[in-house]
Amino acid sequence: MRTPRGNSDQQFYLEHKKGSVMKLSTKWKSLSFCLAAGFIATSSSAFAEPLKVAFVYLGPVKDGGWTQMHDEARQKLEKAMGDKIKTTYVENVPETADSERVFRQLAADGNKLIFATSFGYMEPLQKVGKVFPNVKFEHVNGFKTAPNIVVYEPRFEEGFYLIGTIAGQMTKSNTLGFIGSFPIPSVMRNIDSMTLGALVVNPKVQMKPIWVNTWYDPGKERQAAETLIAQGVDNVAQNTDSPASIQVAQEKGTYAFSIDADMSSFGPKGQLTGTTEDWSGYYIAETKKVLDGTWTGERHTRWGLKEGMVVMAPLNPAIPPAAVKVFEDTKAKIISGELKPFVGPISDTTGAVKVAAGSALTDADPAFNSVNWYVKGIDGSPPH
Amino acid sequence: MTPIVPMFASTVVAATPLIYAALGETIVEKAGVLNLGIEGMMLIGAVAGFAATLATGSDTVGFLAAAGAGVALSLAFGFLSLNLQTNQVATGLALTLFGLGLSAFVGHNLAGTPLPPLPSITIPVLTGIPVIGDLFFHYDIMVYLSLVLFAGVQWFVTRSHAGLTLRAIGESPTVAHAIGKPVLTTRYLAVMFGGACAGIAGAYLSLVQTPMWVEGMSAGKGWIALALVVFGTWKPTRVVLGAYLFGGVTQFQLFAQGFGLPIPTEFLSMLPYAATIIVLVIICRDPKTILLNQPASLGISFHAAA
Repeated sequence: MRTPRGNSDQQFYLEHKKGSVMKLSTKWKSLSFCLAAGFIATSSSAFAEPLKVAFVYLGPVKDGGWTQMHDEARQKLEKAMGDKIKTTYVENVPETADSERVFRQLAADGNKLIFATSFGYMEPLQKVGKVFPNVKFEHVNGFKTAPNIVVYEPRFEEGFYLIGTIAGQMTKSNTLGFIGSFPIPSVMRNIDSMTLGALVVNPKVQMKPIWVNTWYDPGKERQAAETLIAQGVDNVAQNTDSPASIQVAQEKGTYAFSIDADMSSFGPKGQLTGTTEDWSGYYIAETKKVLDGTWTGERHTRWGLKEGMVVMAPLNPAIPPAAVKVFEDTKAKIISGELKPFVGPISDTTGAVKVAAGSALTDADPAFNSVNWYVKGIDGSPPH
Repeated sequence: MTPIVPMFASTVVAATPLIYAALGETIVEKAGVLNLGIEGMMLIGAVAGFAATLATGSDTVGFLAAAGAGVALSLAFGFLSLNLQTNQVATGLALTLFGLGLSAFVGHNLAGTPLPPLPSITIPVLTGIPVIGDLFFHYDIMVYLSLVLFAGVQWFVTRSHAGLTLRAIGESPTVAHAIGKPVLTTRYLAVMFGGACAGIAGAYLSLVQTPMWVEGMSAGKGWIALALVVFGTWKPTRVVLGAYLFGGVTQFQLFAQGFGLPIPTEFLSMLPYAATIIVLVIICRDPKTILLNQPASLGISFHAAA
């Protein structure tokens, strides 16, 4: 009884396998056909179907922070471009091999412009980019470009410099705090620039950073904020994603600063301001470039307050007018280019000169991407 | 201001959800059932509690709704693992994944809505005592109820007749069945109790600790609760001590950073897990302790017809 059944099973298996192989090969054929068709379509774009633009998100679209800001920009993009484009998004995509599958799928589905909105997609993107040379990829905060991959990044340090301006004026204990996620250069720059901004308005200021080694854990972020306050901090900024520290500030009567989104609804008294992002201007500009054929690869774009990618959250009415004036003046100087957050002389906690007097460290300098030191005024030594 | 008081307060608030979830799971496992779905039930409890409080303005309703949601999810687990006798490990894991997805789906429109925190209660006279009052008598009601729950569970397991039946069923359901004990009913009740506790633990996160709802906000606390039950060798006292220890060391490592101690932060982040395991391993340094305390039929399906 067993043998014939085994045979038929095997046969079924073989047929099934054959079928799937055939399916696969037709899929590849149609895929290459699609790619060829895509080629033709771009050369005669007058009658082209709408450009398919895809977004890949790390978190859920309603995360109240990072991902939500990207999705709001996607909606603005769709509104601005009308029926010339069609957007899709995939949320909750982990920074693992899973993301590679998502990018492949989106590219195979005919999306011609794909925005990858998290740092950890860098390596998967490099792989997929080679397989789909006609698809244009945009990667946030990364540093690896290719003929069809560009990188874009906000000048977060400008926002944090302004946060420092407010915190330095509002602190009574002259002690500021920072809840850090991971000690990577972009986060180190935020702590440094906030401290620099605060020191200009208040030379007595001291900064205490605490690392929680997570991007998102409301409970732990809350504990970190409480710890800082217990140690005398009265102004807490953060690089982690939840509004926990805003809630703590609201309860304890201290101040906090939001990141990515305006979180004042979680603590109208606790939040003084915050640094948020508006990606829509960039997304619209890049989509237009693809539509009129002027999009080029190998670029690294950094936009800040001037271009409107970094936007400050509304100022709390509790901030006195004199402090607001300093804030606005500083902001105007950053926008006009007169002031750079990392302007020398800057020395680190060991006393070594990092930026010489008369010069400024900007994103044009490779050292900017490897900031792993604390500026003088920060408590402790960097976790390296 | 001495930092000891706020540090202690943070520890208590961090440990409370772990206590609820771990005490519930202790009862479940004492009945011989292994439910790995705490994380899922916590999330369902968190979103249900948040939604109910948002709709009614009452925290009591919120916690009741959370307990109810936890029970509902645990009943699904009960039906699959007790009636259909599916593998408990696989079913529990599925419950976690299901709870994660369902809570995200249900709570899609709740994300980003703020909620006022649960007020801390004041006890006349006691709250007014300097230091002592600040240390022990200024928490929200759920902190005190967690201690009441601990006392109740401890009494139930060690002193009550029903607790004896529960333990007997966890050790040998066949024998318990033979002498006429209702194995299935008892296990169902235990699973439901575990679900209610996990739901309340979840609501503590979304209503008290950080009054908001965000997808996946339990951030692995269900798994820590599960580990506490094992390392606490199924004894409520050790489970509660383990929860405070874990909360305390988490707080300590953040505190040490604030003082600028030159210790790698990755090492400090590891410390709560390492310290809890080490201390509890020392408590039961005889390797037999875990084996002797573990309910003998833990995770094994029971078939009454045998």
